[in-house]
Amino acid sequence: MIEVKNVDKSFDGNQVLKNVSAVFETGKTNMIIGQSGSGKTVLMKSIIGLHRIDKGRIEYDGRNLPDMKMNEIRLLRREVGMLFQGSALFDSLSVLENVMYPLEMFSPTSAEEMKERAIFCLRRVNLEEKAFGLAPSEISGGMQKRVAIARAIALQPKYLFCDEPNSGLDPKTSLIIDQLIHEITHEFEITTIINSHDMNSVMEIGENIIFIEKGVKAWQGNKDDIFHVDNQALNDFVFASELYKQVRKVNQ
Amino acid sequence: MKRVFVLPDRRKMFFRQFPKELEKLGLQSLPIVAIISVFIGFIMTMQTKLNTSNPLLPVYTTGLVTRDTLLLEFSSTILCLILAGKVGSNIASEIGTMRITEQIDALEIMGVNSANYLILPKIVAFVVMMPFLVIFSMGLGLVGGYFVGVLTSILTTGDYLVGIQYAFVPFYVFYSLMKSMIFAFIISSVAAYYGYYSYGGALDVGKASTNAVVNGSILILFFNILITKIMLN
Ligand SMILES: Nc1ncnc2c1ncn2[C@@H]1O[C@H](COP(=O)(O)OP(=O)(O)O)[C@@H](O)[C@H]1O
Ligand SMILES: [Mg+2]
Repeated sequence: MIEVKNVDKSFDGNQVLKNVSAVFETGKTNMIIGQSGSGKTVLMKSIIGLHRIDKGRIEYDGRNLPDMKMNEIRLLRREVGMLFQGSALFDSLSVLENVMYPLEMFSPTSAEEMKERAIFCLRRVNLEEKAFGLAPSEISGGMQKRVAIARAIALQPKYLFCDEPNSGLDPKTSLIIDQLIHEITHEFEITTIINSHDMNSVMEIGENIIFIEKGVKAWQGNKDDIFHVDNQALNDFVFASELYKQVRKVNQ
Repeated sequence: MKRVFVLPDRRKMFFRQFPKELEKLGLQSLPIVAIISVFIGFIMTMQTKLNTSNPLLPVYTTGLVTRDTLLLEFSSTILCLILAGKVGSNIASEIGTMRITEQIDALEIMGVNSANYLILPKIVAFVVMMPFLVIFSMGLGLVGGYFVGVLTSILTTGDYLVGIQYAFVPFYVFYSLMKSMIFAFIISSVAAYYGYYSYGGALDVGKASTNAVVNGSILILFFNILITKIMLN
């Protein structure tokens, strides 16, 4: 479980997060939703400590990140996996080497075992064997996402962060990636946090939903309630697409 | 910035990056250094001779002026200004691209001290390579001057050779090498700084790289005066 308490974060006087508090539960796909520019990525990177927050607490099962020293943060990172919005694979390494990289950094095992683990992870995300030796630039966006997921789960993380996992993907591939994250979360009892602005993902895999508007947490709940909330900003977000307008009509 | 200058936690990683950087920042700069040095050596010798046609001046004047200009300023300061363009923009855009594509964040997540891992090998490699580039440039600059004697009738090669050996001050070479190593440090660290702290998109990487070149060059000019005052006074 990750608890965020009264977090503020600003960049050169531009306050992006305003007193955000939220709870992210273990073994669930927790979702942070909101418009582009609302502060989802900043919140996620603050939780991981990639941004230093101005104020507040971030507790990983009771351990407060802002209190930690650099080497303690590094130990914590051993338990963290992250899937970046643009995949962030290392250009100069092959697919297999990308997945082996975190293993080389952290795990004391032999080269043979690392390779085995990397191949296991790549198979788990359904990547074909023939792609293992290719460079990231030689494979499709959907495949890059799979590799990035494999890299994120290589060290069997307790906490998994996914920043807009289906940005830039077609609807069908998006669905597959979403479901993959959902399966992995349940299979390995991970505390997963997913940033998204996609209502389809929310309806597909959202289990504990946090709505951010202009850096403020405006709502937290589950997907059954999301259609019946008395919050203008959330309604605008939820019913932005024609499909969900229809859903609302049918419900009324 | 403090995080750049700590001992690499994985020596293996430093020594994996270091040779690559030696090659990229050092060896790959050789062609441009060679071309510029030969041509500047040539034109400087020609101009010096043509503009000092006073028969009262001794025959060694041209060679001497060419040599000392190369030794004191061209092969260090001017060369570094040129390399600030080539190497500075290379470093800033490479690190900047890694920043905006979140590869730096990815390194951090994996517990890597990204500043140390990405920046230190570049700075060390460039500072180590710089004296070789400078000596290479001095040599080829003098060769360029020699060609004035060979290809034109402005000057005889004999006069030139006497000139470049006349009143040689070895300290000038030392001064030049010291200076260039400081400049190499400035170029690589300024560029790394702008790359590492870029934020935004491809356009911002371009801006970071321009800033790296402009500010690196200004700092070089400023430090040139400072170092010269300290070392030659
Ligand atoms: N490193 C940074 N420096 C300055 N401003 C930033 C930085 N990162 C994000 N911001 C600003 O924070 C705001 C929220 O951005 P972000 O969290 O990326 O939104 P999103 O919800 O789309 O992920 C934006 O206005 C952005 O300009
Ligand atoms: Mg974002």
